[in-house]
Amino acid sequence: MLEIKNLHAGIEGNEILKGINLKVNAGEVHAIMGPNGSGKSTLAQVLAGREEYNVIEGEVNYNGKNLLDLAPEDRAREGIFLAFQYPVEIPGVSNTNLLKTALNEIRKYRGEEELDTIEFLSLIKEKMKLVELDQKFMSRAVNEGFSGGEKKRNEIFQMAVLQPKLAILDETDSGLDIDALKIVANGVNKLRSKDNATIVVTHYQRLLNYIVPDFVHVLYNGKIVKSGGKELAFKLEELGYDWVKSDVAETVAD
Amino acid sequence: MAKENTMDKTIEVKDWYLSNFGEFEKRLNGGKESFIHSKRKAALSNFSKLEFPTIKDEEWKYTSIAPLLKYNFVPTYEKKNVSKEFIKSLLFDEMEHSLIVFINGRYSAEHSDLLNLPEGVIVGSIANEIKNNNEVLLKHFGKYADYQNHIFTALSTAYTEDGAFILVPTGKIVEEPIHIIFITTEGNEKILTQPRNLFVAEKSSQVTIIEHYVGNEENIYFTNAVTEIVADENAIVDHIKLQEESKKAFHIARMEVDQERNSNFSSHLISTGADLSRNEFNAKFNDEGGECKLNGLFMVDGTQLFDAHTLMDHANPHCNSHEHYKGILDDKSRGVFNGKVIVRQDAQKTTAFQENNNILLSDEALVNTKPQLEIFADDVKCSHGATIGQMDDEAKFYLKSRGIGEEVSNGILLHAFASDVVTSIKIESIRNYIEEIITKKFNQ
Repeated sequence: MLEIKNLHAGIEGNEILKGINLKVNAGEVHAIMGPNGSGKSTLAQVLAGREEYNVIEGEVNYNGKNLLDLAPEDRAREGIFLAFQYPVEIPGVSNTNLLKTALNEIRKYRGEEELDTIEFLSLIKEKMKLVELDQKFMSRAVNEGFSGGEKKRNEIFQMAVLQPKLAILDETDSGLDIDALKIVANGVNKLRSKDNATIVVTHYQRLLNYIVPDFVHVLYNGKIVKSGGKELAFKLEELGYDWVKSDVAETVAD
Repeated sequence: MAKENTMDKTIEVKDWYLSNFGEFEKRLNGGKESFIHSKRKAALSNFSKLEFPTIKDEEWKYTSIAPLLKYNFVPTYEKKNVSKEFIKSLLFDEMEHSLIVFINGRYSAEHSDLLNLPEGVIVGSIANEIKNNNEVLLKHFGKYADYQNHIFTALSTAYTEDGAFILVPTGKIVEEPIHIIFITTEGNEKILTQPRNLFVAEKSSQVTIIEHYVGNEENIYFTNAVTEIVADENAIVDHIKLQEESKKAFHIARMEVDQERNSNFSSHLISTGADLSRNEFNAKFNDEGGECKLNGLFMVDGTQLFDAHTLMDHANPHCNSHEHYKGILDDKSRGVFNGKVIVRQDAQKTTAFQENNNILLSDEALVNTKPQLEIFADDVKCSHGATIGQMDDEAKFYLKSRGIGEEVSNGILLHAFASDVVTSIKIESIRNYIEEIITKKFNQ
């Protein structure tokens, strides 16, 4: 589904990603872990098409298309979804307006009929249950005045409505209490299928108790320095990121 | 040399309006003996003494009226008609209303359509009321709009002929809004129309009034409008002005609001038209307990210039004012916001809030904003602020990352930007009409 080859990217002349290689197949969940500043969020933003970041070198192939050639909206229409680390507040735009417009723009792109209001509302109702959000929430402005937990649940709710092929969760767990974390993880798990894939970007192993990954990658200093199964996450939790750092240093010394 | 030429031209234009007065008087049909006519003459004499402002005047620093002075606009009435369909296109869907229409500055009985109004309520042409020597008119006319010091108001007063007159007597409530349409339509000459409006809401009355200015797309003309509004004790007046003039027109307007004890006045200006538009909106609390809202939304592009000069005069204690102007500017357009709030020495327990926010959609658009707060009382709550910015890139990326394309994203964000001004209008059909204007303008 997704193949990243030797990806170098940065912002304002600073190279942050220094040669990422990653392959994600349909049905898989990949966790990308790493210390602060290792480039986790940059990778998520580059995949979603944030214009501020520029790609210096490398390729990203997504379902046979050159992902880097696509505008952010076309990436979304092709099935990529980024759950933001810091969801943006947009005063004056209701959640309903955002989601209805998004859904219909995506459907139009795919040559499908637009949903009418009744169809839309029944879809919304069903998906809201998944993340335990109240109906009233739909008329509120996007993320405005939301608590941290509400913002993250809103991201998962949008994901549930838009049904992406590849979801990228950028530190969706950070700042959540255990109840909110369970709701979010439960939402993600229910959406897992053999046809779609998820990349979970996180700093902590805790989330991976609830969203069990097939693969864990450790990102450090713009490169994936270790890959393994879910046991790698436990080892990281136990030994801390210093273990990776010293390990990398040793490899270099050898 | 160039400067001298402008100077000459200015004198010429003044002479032109002065010399047309005789012609104007002739068609007044015997109205020359009236009280109003003495005001006309006094105003004409002031007009001859005053000078047209230049950018050297502090109040006109960013707004040059030189383009307006290039033309000799004909201040006479040309009879014209417009189709019912055209009028219909200017109405708000699903809204019961009383309609009065002015074509080229003159009342059109044919297009006007009044609902059953409560007893004593007058809605119609000010020309009629001048003829009838209406006492309320005589009491208030020219009392608030200063024609001693303002040349355009002097010009309006001198040429007072027609406009809208609304009187809502004590305790009467006009449920359905009154929609007043001013249409300037093509003729052989470039014309000047000077709607002169007076709205009086007596004690404990209530009324909603919409002033709606429209013109044919490519026509060059000049609208010089003066509106005086009296909100007497405990009256509620909601005023909405839609300025959709031709993009080549000139629109100069003054609105003066007199607020008595416990009155509640709100104004919403939605402005998209005219090559040059200037709005001087002044509201004064003449007694305690008043509430005033001055809101505005302007959207300009091309070489349009929009100018709002507002004055909120807190002359008395325990009054609240709330002012919010928003601008969206594209291409080489320009915006001027000059909002002054005066809290006089006696005006304790005043709450005054003022804000002006602008979005520039191009590198060449420009806004000059000057919020001014002058406080002479010591127990008050006041704040003001102004912002000028571009579209919020983060919000835009967020929308795009949900599959929403460039144009639609822009449209959504501009609707959102405008929304706090639009949503504070109480009537849904008018809100929808304005949303429609925004949608048409920004392709979404």
